[in-house]
Amino acid sequence: METLSPRTNRKFKDIGYYAEQQSNYFLLPFRFHRLNDDKEVLVNEVGDHLVVPLGTAGRIIQRQLSIEEDADLYGDLVAGFFIAEQEVPALIDVLATRYRTKKSFLDQFTSLHLFVITLRCEHTCHYCQVSRVTTNKDEFDMRYEHINKGIELMLQSPSDYLTMEFQGGEALLAFDKIVYAIERTKPLAAKLEKQVTYVICTNLAVLDEDILAYCKTNNVLLSTSLDGPGFIHNQNRRRPGNNSYELTIKGIELARKWLGTGNLSALMTTTNLSLDHPTEIVDEYFQQGFRSIFLRPVSPYGFALKNEKKNKYEIERFINFYKKALHHILDYNKRGEFFREEYATIILKKILTPFPVGYVDLNSPAGAITNVILFNYDGAVYASDESRMLAESGDFTFRLGHLDTDTYGDIFYGEKAQALSEVMVNETLPGCSECAFQSYCGADPVHNHATQGSVWGYRPTSTFCQKNMELIRYLIELMDGDPQTRQIFEGWISQRRAS
Amino acid sequence: MIFRAKGIPTGVNDLIVGVITRNPDHHGESLIWVGDEFNYGSYIAHLSCQSIEASIVPTIANIQALDHLSDGDIVSIGQDGIVRTVYRVNSFYNTILATERCNSNCLMCSQPPKDRNDIPYLFELYRRVIPLIPKDCLELTISGGEPTLMGEYFFELLELITRELPKTDIHILTNGRTFAWNHFAERLAQIGNPRMMLGIPVYADYYQVHDYIVQARGAFDQTILGLHNLARYGIRLEIRVVLHQQSIPRLSRLARYIFKNLPFAEHVTFMGLEYTGYTPHNIEKLWIDPYDYNKELTEAVEFLAGQGMHVSIYNAQLCVMPERLWGYARKSISDWKNDYLPACQACSKLHDCGGLFTWNLKKCSAHIQPVFEDVNLLTS
Repeated sequence: METLSPRTNRKFKDIGYYAEQQSNYFLLPFRFHRLNDDKEVLVNEVGDHLVVPLGTAGRIIQRQLSIEEDADLYGDLVAGFFIAEQEVPALIDVLATRYRTKKSFLDQFTSLHLFVITLRCEHTCHYCQVSRVTTNKDEFDMRYEHINKGIELMLQSPSDYLTMEFQGGEALLAFDKIVYAIERTKPLAAKLEKQVTYVICTNLAVLDEDILAYCKTNNVLLSTSLDGPGFIHNQNRRRPGNNSYELTIKGIELARKWLGTGNLSALMTTTNLSLDHPTEIVDEYFQQGFRSIFLRPVSPYGFALKNEKKNKYEIERFINFYKKALHHILDYNKRGEFFREEYATIILKKILTPFPVGYVDLNSPAGAITNVILFNYDGAVYASDESRMLAESGDFTFRLGHLDTDTYGDIFYGEKAQALSEVMVNETLPGCSECAFQSYCGADPVHNHATQGSVWGYRPTSTFCQKNMELIRYLIELMDGDPQTRQIFEGWISQRRAS
Repeated sequence: MIFRAKGIPTGVNDLIVGVITRNPDHHGESLIWVGDEFNYGSYIAHLSCQSIEASIVPTIANIQALDHLSDGDIVSIGQDGIVRTVYRVNSFYNTILATERCNSNCLMCSQPPKDRNDIPYLFELYRRVIPLIPKDCLELTISGGEPTLMGEYFFELLELITRELPKTDIHILTNGRTFAWNHFAERLAQIGNPRMMLGIPVYADYYQVHDYIVQARGAFDQTILGLHNLARYGIRLEIRVVLHQQSIPRLSRLARYIFKNLPFAEHVTFMGLEYTGYTPHNIEKLWIDPYDYNKELTEAVEFLAGQGMHVSIYNAQLCVMPERLWGYARKSISDWKNDYLPACQACSKLHDCGGLFTWNLKKCSAHIQPVFEDVNLLTS
């Protein structure tokens, strides 16, 4: 058998031989942010982070690292795509694939289609600016021709997976129209081989077993509102009889009996009253059998427009509330319960996983239009739920067109959509473009416009920025400081636990 | 386990490949008769433990013993009188040794490479073996050396297996470096066999450590690019991590690297060190008592499993690892090289435990001890 010209020899060499013989290293794109008095965090272009001692970013940039003396850190930086030993690293394509993966929520374009099926409601929640207590169906219910046109546009979406979400008002007051819309959609979607998930947002007050029977047969999900224990919920969500809480709890029990626990979710809205009761709200969710809670901030539309000082104070109160509630949730987890906070989970997925996270309110490009569209009860089309709230107070900035007159192209690719897309990418927004948390955060031109009078926004006084910067920083700090918390967080993002 | 037997050859002019039979009613073009006396029929060779005077087919006589061969086993017979077992019909662990050549030189290689061109010979051998393998064969492993060094022969071999054994799982052990050339990954994808899976080692998240362990500069980058090229074509991938002194310090980081950069892997296996091949020579650089890496292993396994990845532990003993890892431990060691310590006979978990490599009996954890059921109940 022929002997090959061998490798020089098969003698074993020391580890030093395998270091690239470079006098210096090159920087890959990364950003950094001070975490606390001792540490800072580095974040690379695809969202991988590394917590390091304060001053490390400076040392890296000034080429003060040594492959021998800082061996572990140096290895972490090369392995983590922060620095490279060739100007164009051999694994640049891996980085490109990772970047493409992170942004792949864009591939399918708009999936979430909100139908404001009626504006009528029997509640008068004090944070709601849109609903009407009325029996005038002609004026405040969506007309059949608008439902038809909305479905037609929805099915033109390139996405194979669509969500059709019915909102109100109280959507169930127009349940006949919801049935009409679902029955019309079913055969059309089947023909196009699109999968449609149906969701009804409801306060459950008018829920009955006929409705639940229909939901069960057609796999319709229910999304309700629960603001906390009775004394908070009933204060926030007013209705005749002051019994919203009791009706909601009764509705939750009934819905679970018919649909199972997994097919009913609840959302809470934080109000001034809520801010003083973080633990009570968390306990209420746990006691009602929920194993997740979404701590949503006070809607910006409750803010005093352009009153920066007051807004800053309000968001600080929310952040304190959020932290207290989060710790209370973590305590449940430390006692062995699975119970997660949804906003943290969204951010943690962005920090800890390589996968895209398509949450419409925290994306770049923003979720408005690219991920969500809203068909209002009167046929007007808006870029998001918040956009139609603005419209109710007379601001039509984000009205993209009307179902009577506009085509798919006019609405999704028209002049308004084009102008808006300029401010939907945080990579190009002043103050965001160099931010360490860019890839964990998003752009929200609707919020900017509503609170600061500019779709671009101004970061130093932005409440959106203030909130997200602090929550992201805090989550990283918590993980870094306590391995048990890190493990709990890793459990929240787990692919195993699709909730 | 015996894999070769030697006798006196008569009339063997070329490589003979055939299937063992002792059934006198069994005749066929590819059968080799085993028996003291020749059985007249259409056999391609005759193996005997006796002396044979004259024979009409190629014969190997005076073989010491043939008990290790079962009817249905496939053997090769050379001019040197050596009878090699190439396929064991009663085993789940059959391996095709594609070549002993390798472009790496891992510190802990269990089967050190040889720098000679055995590829034409081995290809010819397996070209003839594969059609003889029973069609209900569950799994075949293709190992080396580095199988992809066969070049075009590698693909021909896989095409042959795909054609002849469409129901057989194929597990290819490769270092993946060759697939850094995209066309090589594309060519593999063209074979289009959904039962094919590649097991590729990644020993660290940092190139210097990985390259040192495999003793090849640039290997890490090539392997990672290879994995990405293979994933692009939807080829099924398994990542294999050998646990030793050089891989343990960055194990937790490696787990996170795998999740972030290689989440498409279908299986991640953590494997105990084999005390054979190069390992004894490099034992000072490699040895760490498996008991002493339980913390790192638990962290890595539970992180990956927690993120929904399929994780296994190979070549490890239940009594050495924490009970929370037992569910990940597999009985992975091939039958012919699997053994237990005398102390293990008293263990209540003996039949659930993967045990040791025969050659690890003399180098194993100091913490191996029988597990008794009642102790077990107390801790669970």
